[in-house]
Amino acid sequence: MVAKAGKTNEPGQFLVEIRDASVGFGRHEVLRDITVQIPRGETLVVIGESGCGKTVLLKSIIGLVRPYQGSVLFDGNDLSKLRQQELARERTRFGFLFQGAALFDSMTVRQNISFPLREHTKKPADEINQIVEDRIADVGLPETVLDQKPVQLSGGMRKRVGLARAMAMNPDLMLYDEPTTGLDPIMSDVINELILRSRERYDVTSVVVTHDMRTARKVADRVIMLYPLGRLDEDEPQMIFNGPPEDIDGSGDARVTQFVEGEAGERLMEMRQRGAL
Amino acid sequence: MSTGSRSLATTPRGGPLARLADFIADFGELLINWVTALGSISLFTGRTLSWLFTRIPRRETMLPNFYQVGVLSLPVVALTGTFIGMVLAAQSYSQFKMMHLESRLGAVINLSLVRELGPVLAATMLAGRVGSAIAAELGTMRVTEQIDALSSMGASPIHYLVVPRFLACLVLIPTLTIMADFMGVAGGAFYGIVMLDIDWHHYWANSQHYVDLFDLFTGVFKSLFFGAAIAVISCHRGFYCDPGAEGVGRAATGAFVHSFVVILVIDFFLGVAMDNVYDVVWPDVFKSL
Repeated sequence: MVAKAGKTNEPGQFLVEIRDASVGFGRHEVLRDITVQIPRGETLVVIGESGCGKTVLLKSIIGLVRPYQGSVLFDGNDLSKLRQQELARERTRFGFLFQGAALFDSMTVRQNISFPLREHTKKPADEINQIVEDRIADVGLPETVLDQKPVQLSGGMRKRVGLARAMAMNPDLMLYDEPTTGLDPIMSDVINELILRSRERYDVTSVVVTHDMRTARKVADRVIMLYPLGRLDEDEPQMIFNGPPEDIDGSGDARVTQFVEGEAGERLMEMRQRGAL
Repeated sequence: MSTGSRSLATTPRGGPLARLADFIADFGELLINWVTALGSISLFTGRTLSWLFTRIPRRETMLPNFYQVGVLSLPVVALTGTFIGMVLAAQSYSQFKMMHLESRLGAVINLSLVRELGPVLAATMLAGRVGSAIAAELGTMRVTEQIDALSSMGASPIHYLVVPRFLACLVLIPTLTIMADFMGVAGGAFYGIVMLDIDWHHYWANSQHYVDLFDLFTGVFKSLFFGAAIAVISCHRGFYCDPGAEGVGRAATGAFVHSFVVILVIDFFLGVAMDNVYDVVWPDVFKSL
């Protein structure tokens, strides 16, 4: 395990603290009174059906979305209160693997991976190239892809390049948005292994948003499950599970069991009532 | 209670007061949308200008934008400029000939070109060719989360994506305007002198007499505002593009339509303003040129 300079693992210290955060877009509320604390080194997996606010939660951790109520603290700092330059500096401590990888189309793979290094460091070109080659090797891709454009790569390769780019700055916190969505089972397992290896090799704290239970069981230290607000009463909590992955099968909540076992349950009845089936 | 609810639900709202209330609600919503859009684009412009004066983007980020806006726009601006000059000559000739004023054709064509048609034509071409492309490109980057990816890596999307495009439009539109002016003057002269057999000496003498250096300055000066407006509107449309392919399409067409309307509005107000300040801002020494 490579210990990073400046990284502390003091017990009781949380790298991320979300306190009673509520997020909405216009009149549409997506997250309500969410409280989560993520200790350093933990891999937290956020599960839930589409539209429950998983990605919004991830984006609020990095400050791309701001809660209208409550706060999100990263290493003790409320990102929404930082000035632009301070926020930019803090964001270099994050790595974000987007659902579609979000590689820059106009750049080659090499330029994509080296982008944060060129933006934020004064490292010489040789050193940057060496880091790029190390990162591409970390994700198991040949150096020949470095001079290709993202459109020339398969979905799995794009995800791996996205992961290499996210790891380029050796981040403290990795955020994964649906890392295995759209990939075949073998490639999904490769990505899961890479998530595990990143944690082991770089001692990184991770938040993984997924609806793939295989990923959740494989990489999680802890799992939380969110439920769509539209299906909840005003006084019901949105987080319906918070615990280790081995406890999820015996949670006793029918909504959690349905999700874990992939059963449509009452959704089928609703569709029948609407005449869709 | 239930009877009351049923009666409310089934009674159609058709009275004049209800229609007036609907109209006021619709108008209010429209007004709020306009004010919101104006506020959004003002903030966007402010942030762009603030980044512009804070840190100039790197050369490798700027050059592709300058190439796209300047070099690739030159042929189409030159071609359309030439034809506009020839069309002006062809359409005006018969009216001028009736009054035996065909030798004045050069003055009319060249004055129209350098003051109005050259700058507006160059700006329209830029809005159509570059503005739509900017909106579509940034819109695609928005829907594929590339803009979020930039932010997540601590880079400012405004600094990285908007400022280079803004600078390219602002710096290069005067060049495109001068090219449109030149090709239009050449096209008009070619058709007037060669095809319509107007005396070349009188054609140029009248042009020189009626077209002032201030007219050329007015056109180029206005073009700076056109370029800035095209860049800001197109980048803003792309930056805040709605999701999906439909959103990107709407951003691209919206960028052109809004840019074109704003170009004409700016053209009118700046044209009137420049006429009024002619004597104040233009030194006498240039008037004799």
